Amino acid sequence: MMEITEGSHAIAEAVRLCRPQVISAYPITPQTHIVEALADFVANGQLDAEYITVENELSALSACVGASAAGSRTYSATTSQGLMLMAEVCFNAAGMRLPIIMSIANRAMGAPLSIWNDQQDSIALRDSGWLQFYAEDNQEATDLHLLAYKVAEDHAIQLPAFVCFDGFILSHTYEPVDMLTQQDVDKYLPKFNPSERLDAADPISFGMYATPEYYLEFRYEMDQAQKRAKDVIAKAGKEFGAMFGRDYSALIEGYRLEDADTAIVAMGSICGTVKDAIDEMRADGKKVGLLKIRVFRPFPSEEIAKMLSHVKRVAVLDKNISLGAKGATVMEVRDALYGSTIPVKGYVLGLGGRDVRKRNIKEIVELTEKGPEDMFYGLRKELI
Amino acid sequence: MAEKTCDLFDCGHRACGGCGAALAARLVTKAAGKESIFVSSTGCMEVFSTPYPETAWKVPWIHSLFENAAAVASGIEAALKKQGRKEKVVIMAGDGATFDIGMICISGAFERGHDFTYICYDNEAYMNTGIQRSGSTPYDASTTTSPAGKYSFGNKRQKKDMPAILAAHGAPYVATTSIAYPADLLQKVEKAIATPGPSYVQIHAPCCTGWGFEGEQTIAIAKLAIETGLWVNYEMIDGKVTKVKKVVRKPVEEYLKTQKRFRHLFKPTRQDAEIAAIQAIADKNAEKFGIDIKLPPKKE
Repeated sequence: MMEITEGSHAIAEAVRLCRPQVISAYPITPQTHIVEALADFVANGQLDAEYITVENELSALSACVGASAAGSRTYSATTSQGLMLMAEVCFNAAGMRLPIIMSIANRAMGAPLSIWNDQQDSIALRDSGWLQFYAEDNQEATDLHLLAYKVAEDHAIQLPAFVCFDGFILSHTYEPVDMLTQQDVDKYLPKFNPSERLDAADPISFGMYATPEYYLEFRYEMDQAQKRAKDVIAKAGKEFGAMFGRDYSALIEGYRLEDADTAIVAMGSICGTVKDAIDEMRADGKKVGLLKIRVFRPFPSEEIAKMLSHVKRVAVLDKNISLGAKGATVMEVRDALYGSTIPVKGYVLGLGGRDVRKRNIKEIVELTEKGPEDMFYGLRKELI
Repeated sequence: MAEKTCDLFDCGHRACGGCGAALAARLVTKAAGKESIFVSSTGCMEVFSTPYPETAWKVPWIHSLFENAAAVASGIEAALKKQGRKEKVVIMAGDGATFDIGMICISGAFERGHDFTYICYDNEAYMNTGIQRSGSTPYDASTTTSPAGKYSFGNKRQKKDMPAILAAHGAPYVATTSIAYPADLLQKVEKAIATPGPSYVQIHAPCCTGWGFEGEQTIAIAKLAIETGLWVNYEMIDGKVTKVKKVVRKPVEEYLKTQKRFRHLFKPTRQDAEIAAIQAIADKNAEKFGIDIKLPPKKE
């Protein structure tokens, strides 16, 4: 049923329908509306879960580690500073192969302190072993939570996952969202059935230490699981499409890309702006298309190389930067296109909530036609 | 009542001969029984008991990080409650994980009132990383980060009063015990586990490597700590001290002399003022807890 609702509320509703048994979270803007809504659901009997109100984010995710290892479906949500406080636990949860799902309302990293959107937070943890999904709009943000549980809990995967959506831009925006029912979700998402759990009837040890004779293979296994996730996402996404009419089987999506000369590669809510800009440029006869990345981990290198093989130039938009190097996406896209002669130009933009509009996208396309040097886009020269 | 076995913490682990913490693990698992889930923090015990692919734990066991055992245990307890399971949740953490790095997680978990038992095996320094001082290191102990030297008598501070801090959180059961008194240890751990809500037991567990003594002296040294009043075995129920181990006190020197960590107090020259300061700590303990057994005056 379509409902005009706030992004955070739609996400909280989707999480409720996934029947997490243990929720553990700590307030932080702009994620807080989600965990407030979940607390309400528990208080009113709409969700039968243990809700642990922890003293910080490190404990929020640590409690999920314990609950997941004990065999319960778990959920948390955070952003920015909170995610960094969890960083150690993030690596740990992935290493223990615990399929925890966490919403990330993407926000900039301090200092300087900023509550506004970019994607530096989740990108900074790209190496932690978590699957990373990025939503363009609130419908996708909502749906990806179901998909994430289904993929993460698959015995071939058993890795945790971030469902990322831009803070404020999506989390606090009212949009029409097709809200699923409990019956729908129960049909799609089976009960959590972990291959191992803490159980007195069958004692095992979790989180042991590994000497150099063993460690490398653990990391290899995790990397293999990430790579297997491509197929599992394709299958689970297709099943989602068959049931609810929205197909998430592809890790990347093209928009008017088939005959494009210039491809823009982007991730998250900016894709909506890019699509509108493309429509206007197309009306003016400019052949521009979008490649939207929905799944950043596992990174769809081969899929990207294939989808961009025919374009004349590529502009990659990064709402993050590895300071002293480049945006994370442009590095990955260049790696994906290694060996081809297609020029790739990276733009670091929109950091700390700096607005990116259609006219900016059009200007970026013009800049890309001129040459391939990476740049910060939209700098206020008078401040430098 | 859970079935009691003596081998839930199995032989073959990699602890030093004479390790107080290993003995504590054996006794605690015996008291807890099979129907329990153990959570360890990073530290000596975690490392010496679980080198992959071997484990000494015959009960379900999890180690996540150094600082988060209380939070992990919170999640396990919540999951068990939701699943209608009855296993007891027991944390085994060292003093560094308890007094220092895990303090926030512990405070949060005790305030929330989870039903678990937190056991701190207290060997009074970071032994796993090579004997650095912690918030539990006693006054004047020489460690690798509080070394005795020309201008130093070792650690400058007394032990943090962790039991009082947790009693102040409203913990219904808080106790201290020692590996030198196994019956007392077993009884207190059983009681802690049987008490609903968060309970805390701090076990004095001498470390032969870190304190500098021969492995066969572990029990004797743990006993001397009690007999000198530098360690007090007591019980607090709802914040009130209800049971104290009383002793005929010996001078602290008898305890200090047994360990290399206090050697600088005697060699090359005897440091009377420092020994007197440590004696004053024991005297204060004795007064606070009323541990002194008054002997009748000797007849002339």
